Order: sequence, then C-alpha cells, then structure tokens
Amino acid sequence: MANHAEKLTKGDLISIFIRSNFLLGSFNFERMQAIGFAVSMIPALKKLYSGEDLNKALKRHLEFFNTQPFLATPIMGIVAAMEEKRANGADISDQTISGVKVGLIGPLAGVGDPIFWGTLRPVLAALGAGIALTGSIIGPLIFFVAFNVIRLLTNWYGVMYGYEKGTELVEEVGGNRMRYLTEGASVLGLLVMGALVAKWTTVNMPFVMSQYTNSAGEEVIVTVQSILDSLMPSIVPLLMTFACMYFLKKGVNPLVIIIGLFALGIVGYAVGLFA
Amino acid sequence: MSSMQFILLFIVAFISGMGSVLDEAQFHRPLVSCTLTGLVLGDMTTGIILGGTLEMLALGWMNVGAAMAPDAALASVVSTILVVVGHQSIGAGIALAVPLAAAGQVLTIFVRTITVFFQHAADNFAAKGSCFGIEMCHLGGLALQGFRVALPAMAIAAVAGTDTVNAALASIPEVITRGLQVSGGFIVVVGYAMVINMMNAKSLMPYFFLGFLLAVFTNVNLIGFGAIGLICAFFHIKDLQRELAMQQAGPIGTGNPVDDVDDSDLM
Repeated sequence: MANHAEKLTKGDLISIFIRSNFLLGSFNFERMQAIGFAVSMIPALKKLYSGEDLNKALKRHLEFFNTQPFLATPIMGIVAAMEEKRANGADISDQTISGVKVGLIGPLAGVGDPIFWGTLRPVLAALGAGIALTGSIIGPLIFFVAFNVIRLLTNWYGVMYGYEKGTELVEEVGGNRMRYLTEGASVLGLLVMGALVAKWTTVNMPFVMSQYTNSAGEEVIVTVQSILDSLMPSIVPLLMTFACMYFLKKGVNPLVIIIGLFALGIVGYAVGLFA
Repeated sequence: MSSMQFILLFIVAFISGMGSVLDEAQFHRPLVSCTLTGLVLGDMTTGIILGGTLEMLALGWMNVGAAMAPDAALASVVSTILVVVGHQSIGAGIALAVPLAAAGQVLTIFVRTITVFFQHAADNFAAKGSCFGIEMCHLGGLALQGFRVALPAMAIAAVAGTDTVNAALASIPEVITRGLQVSGGFIVVVGYAMVINMMNAKSLMPYFFLGFLLAVFTNVNLIGFGAIGLICAFFHIKDLQRELAMQQAGPIGTGNPVDDVDDSDLM
C-alpha cells in the first residue's frame, strides 16, 4: 500500500455515479452484481492502488454482491471512503470492507425493494398507464421522467452521501429512520393498490339469476352482476386478487396464473358467465 | 418495413433488452418499450395504448433478489410488432405478450447463466490487474442481454405482416378472442397481487382496504389517492415513532401487539 496515498476527487465520485447506472449489466447466477460493483469501483481503485495492490483490490470487489440497484450507491460511496483511508495507511482489513458490504446489502434491499419496486414504480406506472390508454404520449413521459429523476437523484446522493459519511452511515441504515421510510412507502403503495383493484378492473357477469314483473308492470332482470353491484361493487376483482396472492405464495409462476385467468375468461365467455 | 425501420427497430429492441437486466432507466417497461417500438414502426399511438394496457398487466413483474420475473422487454417489443405490422387488435397483442414474456424469461435465465463465464473471465483479469478486461466482461454480459431481445424481434419483424402469419392469426375463433378481451378486464389482478405480496406487510392491509373502499364508493382519481396515501403514511409514521419511543422507555404489558413489517404469511 506504501507511498501511493491519494485522495479521491469529486471527478472520481462522478465516475462511480455514472458507472453505478450499469450495475446490473452482467448479472449472473453465480455472484450476481459482482462484476458491476467492481466496475463501478474501478475509478476509485485505479486512483488509490497500483500493481499487486490493485489486483487484490479488484479481486476484493468481485465477490458476491446483490441488492436493490439504486441503493447500491451508498455502499459504493462508503466503500470508496474506506478504500481511500486504507490506501492512506489506515488499518482496515479486507474482512472489514467485505463485512460492511455484506452487512449492508440485505438491509438496503429490504428498504429499497418495497420503496422502489413496491411503491414508486407501480404507482407511477399506473398513473402513466391510465393516461396512456387514451393514446396520449403524456402517459409514458410522466412515468419515464418522474421515475428517472428520482432514480438519478438517489444514485447521485447515494454515492456522495455514502462517501461523505463513510462507515457512520452503516448505523443509520439499521436505524429507525429507514424503517419509517419503508413502512410509510408501504402504506402509500398498499392504499393505491387497493384503489387500483377497484378502479382498473372490469368484470361484467350478465348471467341471469331471475326475471320477474314488478308491481308497476315492468320486467326486472336480476343478473349476478346487479346483485353484486348492490352489495359491493368490484368484489370479484378483490377476491381474484386474494386468490392470486394465495397462489403466488404457494410458489405458482405468475405466468401460469395469467394463463389460468385467460382460460377462465374464455370459458366464462363461452358459457355466458362473463361478457 | 423499410431497411431504415429495421435498423431503428434493432436499436430499440437492443436498448430494451439491456434495460431488462439493468432495471435502471426502465426502457424495458411496456410503457416505454411499446411506445418506442410503435414510434419506429410508424404508429406511436397504438404503441402507447398497447404499452399502457401491458403495463397494467406487468405492474408486479419485478426482479427481487435472485428471482426472475416474466420478461417485459421481449413481450413489449414483439407484441407491438405483431399489433402494428401484423395488424392485430390490442387484445390479441396482450394475449400474445404472455407467452412472449415466458419465452423472454427463459432466454434471460439462459443469458444470466452464460454470464457466469464472464464472471470467471473477470477473475482472471483481476489477477492480471486489467481494469479494461473486467469492464469488457461487464459490457459483454450487457450486450448479450441486448441481443437476446433484438434478434428474436428481428426474426418476428421479418415474417410479421406476411399472408401466412396473418391467416394463422385470423383463424383464431371468436370465442377465444372475445374471451381474451374479457380476461383483459381482470388479468391485471396478478400484477396487483405480486406488488401486495412483495410488501409483505400484513399489519398494513387496512390501508389496502381503505384504498379499495374509497375507490368503490367515491370518484377520487389516482392523484387524489396518492395524496391520501401520503397523509396516511404521515400518520402511520407518527404512530410508529410513538410506539418505538414507548418501547425504549421500557416494556409495559406484553410489548407491541401489532406492528411488524416482517410479519410474514399474510392471507
């Protein structure tokens, strides 16, 4: 490690930020995001190490890595700060650096998955899709622009904040604030999902249950749908959602469930249950 | 299709394929991918509508941990080709998207297995201290994902719109096409279910029911639901803060009975 001491510059951190946008490029089933993480760290490693030290550093960051991709950036920042200290003579072992990485990927995925995949993307996508159904370009644009602005800000501040705070941040990840964020996002996400189940599904069951002439002499047709509508509209999609949740929990492939629902639609239409 | 369109289609499909593994800019999502594919094929409006419809279906398709979701990229690009060039209905496009998503899923699993080879190549480059080599391994894996979508898309684009393919698609009986349309009304519940399961928060389900009831009995639009959701989140966090503060003050009674996000196996 000797006399190769250097400080990382803003430019190095910007390079890490740019590369972080390609983290998953070489995702593989053996070590997942490992190459992507190493490639993201290369600007820092090249600056800090040379020769045999560089080889070791590269190897160190080709270890298993997998987390929510946007929240990998604070880890990159923290690791950059640690590598910098190490290159400048601080006593930080390989195990410490690996330990920080391994210790953070789980909690950050636990926070990032519900926030970004569970809430942000479905909510923005549903908003965009609703507009897109009218054929307006605004729909795709809203989704694309809003999602990417939030994502790029997350990646940018992830790297910068992670580097600035270094290992201090490790405690924060396990702290209450993260839990508030996760649960808050889940509340928002679940509320919107509940609304979507009712709003953006169509089930029409015109199957006739009974037919009679009322006291005013008008003919009244009672269909399955009219009964359901008088009790609780959208109850069928709600029950279907619960059935899907059950099958997904049982490990059924979502595509199998989709094909099953297609079959239900075709058979239901053929026998006159659905229209 | 003109040769210029073929080239542009290749580029869009390639970007979409790369997007499917990166999961960053969302070029693989139907909303974006179908729109761009429609644009290069000369009918963006159809692309947007198909994209919006498919997006609802694919709302819950996400790669969490090592699990692979159905592939939105191949489904979006190829179904748009079939609808725009092959003159199919949006409903038929959605139905065709499902087997395509399954095929795409198989292909991406295949590529992600092959990429293990790049991982070992990267180890060798690391031993030699070659940053460039590692970067190339990374880009190699990324390019494979691009080809995974671009090549099948090219093949379909070459035959779509030909009489044989049109005749085959036109021979599907009405009960199937109408039935698929009917299913199109509720097929999206799979996506909702995937999102809800992913949250895995049994104790927060009342918020789901609140959203459902409000949507059934009122006319609030989606932006309104977003705002209501934020207010609920605010109060929920306040509540959680109080609860955690009380826990720290010392255990009274049996501890916290309700809240735990990790509370598994809901319904």
